[in-house]
Amino acid sequence: MPGAFEGETVTRRRFMSGVVHGAGGIAAAAFTLPALGFALGPIFQRQPFEWQIIGKPLDFVETTYVTKVLTIVEGIGEAGKSIAYVRKRDPQIDTEPLIKKNGYVLNDWIALSSRCMHLGCPVRYVEAAERFICPCHGGVYNFRGQVAGGPPVRPLDRFYTLEHDGYIYVGPRYSVNSELDVFSPRDPGEPLDGIGQYLYPSRFDTPVLPPTNNLPLPPKVPGT
Amino acid sequence: MPLPKLLNGKAPAGTDLGGEEQLHPVDAATEAGLTVVDWIDERTQLSPGLRWMMFRKVPRGINWAYTLGAATMFAFLNQAVTGVFLAMYYRPDVNGGAYESIRNINDNVFLGQFVHGMHKWGASVMIILIFLHMGRVFFFGAYKYPRELTWIIGVVLLILTMAMGFTGYLLPFDQRSYWATIVGVNINNTGPFIGPYMGDFLRAGPEFGATTLSRFYAIHMMLIPGLMAALIGFHLYLVAKLGISAPPWLKPHEPEVLTEVVEV
Repeated sequence: MPGAFEGETVTRRRFMSGVVHGAGGIAAAAFTLPALGFALGPIFQRQPFEWQIIGKPLDFVETTYVTKVLTIVEGIGEAGKSIAYVRKRDPQIDTEPLIKKNGYVLNDWIALSSRCMHLGCPVRYVEAAERFICPCHGGVYNFRGQVAGGPPVRPLDRFYTLEHDGYIYVGPRYSVNSELDVFSPRDPGEPLDGIGQYLYPSRFDTPVLPPTNNLPLPPKVPGT
Repeated sequence: MPLPKLLNGKAPAGTDLGGEEQLHPVDAATEAGLTVVDWIDERTQLSPGLRWMMFRKVPRGINWAYTLGAATMFAFLNQAVTGVFLAMYYRPDVNGGAYESIRNINDNVFLGQFVHGMHKWGASVMIILIFLHMGRVFFFGAYKYPRELTWIIGVVLLILTMAMGFTGYLLPFDQRSYWATIVGVNINNTGPFIGPYMGDFLRAGPEFGATTLSRFYAIHMMLIPGLMAALIGFHLYLVAKLGISAPPWLKPHEPEVLTEVVEV
């Protein structure tokens, strides 16, 4: 490219147009990139989850489920609530290993999420059949929350539970595959058996086991 | 401001030419509209472009099926106009306010239920029309060279229209909206590798949260409509530029001007 004088490699016209294009690109990036980050930021966020007191050990039995309403997202009313079906662990049928952390057993009370693992509708527990049934597309789960029929791709998600000072606490959700091996929480519709666990990566910076140092204090008057 | 006589050979109608052609005030009033149009056109030179767009030659044998594209566009305009006015009353408040504001539109606002109904049913009408239009283009072979890009933009517009349906469905925020959105987001999640991140983007986090509704609202009323308006403009430009394809049953025949016998 001939220049304006001997030895010049870039013409002034070309230099000028390069500078103008560069400046325009920087100016556009200056508002586009922050806006994009603003919109995409939630992908990298962790959902804070408080341990919640759901009752006392004697409130729960091995043979049936008790329905407990949990607050998943604070401050948005009904839309932020979900349901856990809770019962005492029965060593006769619950053969999955105990999860232990900091002296607590995190699955001595079985708390199943009501979220169907097909596409996220709420399942209900049908006492007579000892089955969980989803109203949307006909998913059926057995007493342990494993798939008994229909389209769901993995057993019902669970919540960590622990006993502390005579109260039962419910913590973050976790996912299980058909062998009830523990995984960090995934969304419905994402299988965790075989290749599924690699096709659906876990959320950034989400530990499998929850911290147990942020338990809320029990209520002042027991039973309230 | 009239131009000086020297600069302007023929002045627009009704212009004061220094006493030579004084119009009667009544005539001036009747010509006022034309004068305004002339004034604008003289400065923008828009009329040749409009004439190019509106007065096109079309092949013989075209029928009512060729109006489906325009019908879809009017369905879009209906959605745009009713949507703007619904936005004046709608409140994307996840804590019950959204549902209450829709209830208020339906029960209290003058013509509220009617305008809401136009928006709701118009959405279905637009989806039906867009598929009929697509079917017409497909079965008439109108997507072939040189109109492939028109087809591709049309497919993008179809996808955007369905994204509008998906994001708009949440806004009334009743039980049906909420659970349909949960299911819809989870369908997005089932895409391998990027699915979970798409779900997080749509929900603004790992759970349906405080900003999910406002995010859907912003996508529904600002992001996608702007994109669609721009793409519809480009779609229309291509239709005008490339012309309308003839119906497939019409036999090609050479224009008479080419077969004219010239005596030497």
